[in-house]
Amino acid sequence: LNLSSGEGEREIEREADLMASNSEAGESSADYETMMSTSDVELLKRAWRNEKAAPEILQYEGALVQRAKEQIELVEETIDDYVENGIDPLVVSLYQMDLDRTQFLLRSYLRVRLLKIEKFMFHNLKSEEAERRLSEQEKVFATRCADDLAKHFEESVLLKLPENYQSVLKQSLISEVDDMVPQPHLDTFVVCRSKNFVSLNLYEEGESPETVEMERGDLYFIRYKIVKRAIESGQIDLI
Amino acid sequence: MAGQTDPHISLFSPQEIEFMAEDELVEIVPNMNMEQLNFISGDFGRFIPQIPTKVPLWLAVALKRRGKCTFRPPGWMSVDNLTQILEAERESQSTFQALPFSYVEIARLLIDHARDDIPDMFMVRSLVEDIRDVRLHKLETNLGSFQGTSAVKISNVSAMEVNIVRPFVRRALEAFYKHDKPEADVDRDTRSSRQQREANNEPRRPLRQR
Repeated sequence: LNLSSGEGEREIEREADLMASNSEAGESSADYETMMSTSDVELLKRAWRNEKAAPEILQYEGALVQRAKEQIELVEETIDDYVENGIDPLVVSLYQMDLDRTQFLLRSYLRVRLLKIEKFMFHNLKSEEAERRLSEQEKVFATRCADDLAKHFEESVLLKLPENYQSVLKQSLISEVDDMVPQPHLDTFVVCRSKNFVSLNLYEEGESPETVEMERGDLYFIRYKIVKRAIESGQIDLI
Repeated sequence: MAGQTDPHISLFSPQEIEFMAEDELVEIVPNMNMEQLNFISGDFGRFIPQIPTKVPLWLAVALKRRGKCTFRPPGWMSVDNLTQILEAERESQSTFQALPFSYVEIARLLIDHARDDIPDMFMVRSLVEDIRDVRLHKLETNLGSFQGTSAVKISNVSAMEVNIVRPFVRRALEAFYKHDKPEADVDRDTRSSRQQREANNEPRRPLRQR
């Protein structure tokens, strides 16, 4: 049975919608166990891993970050209470370790995103898709950074060049696109693992329709572009 | 600083790989009483003397270091099992035996912190090292067969091994992909027919037949 690429994509979309709505309702039929037992720390770890491995910036996990922050604050208070009340220092130090681990994940997640924002500063602000993935604070950061950088370039170099070459974004006025803006390299290869059986199109529309089929748990070296949507929908994890 | 690993070496530092592995559950036998721990990462315990319980590796190591428990080494870490796996790894040039994804990190942590809980520890350690060597060597020699594909399956490769070979394999696959990519329509006419046929018949990893 041969699914055309169009059908295959629609099926993945449907499954993604199903998974998304199920996780919100908290009652998926097939993966009930996995959903219910996935702690926020697991989710944060997954978000961190994916963000590290992906060449472009991924969707900001606002709700997850918020929950993590709240839990961290709660535990910090609890630890202070414990210390005051003379609770066994062993127990206190264990809670502290768990806290440290969670904080590391959260901080590293945010830092990796900041690195990517800095790297592709102008691109993230230009591309609507990328901008949608930033949090409000990240947008502020990116805008400020871009403004500062643009101002720096203009003052130190650009305004001293002949008129046609003064743009921060284009090489010269003749350029049709913003060719001075570095973009993330989406054809880079990543390592991924699928949570369920999934079938993906190896090439873009119009080219030879070869598919790769991933069983649950298989590891693959694969071009990022191919798995990009499956990652967004949560079906595939980057390793 | 968190998040600052040099991307040109490896995506994750060895410490980060170990960090991820430390969430794996292992079995310990506590020698003290302790209330349940309600961590952000989950609930563990209660701890009752002589009653085995499962906890994350990081917690187990912390307790062991304070003399509060002993380890029950996982089944796959027995001398018998590891010997079997080593033989199987040596026999096949192209397939990898099934081992826990974090076997390197788990073995390392157990050997470092709980040697008295592992029967025949020196044997176990040397077997794990041999298995690592054989697998790494296999990975290196198999890299030659990755030509001209967009997706390469790597079954049963572990976390540490993936992280080590990742930079090289990525660059190699990207180079192959760039040179092997189906030509855009504009250029198709200018290429000789012979060249076109070669681009299509480049040895690809066999995909499952439907």
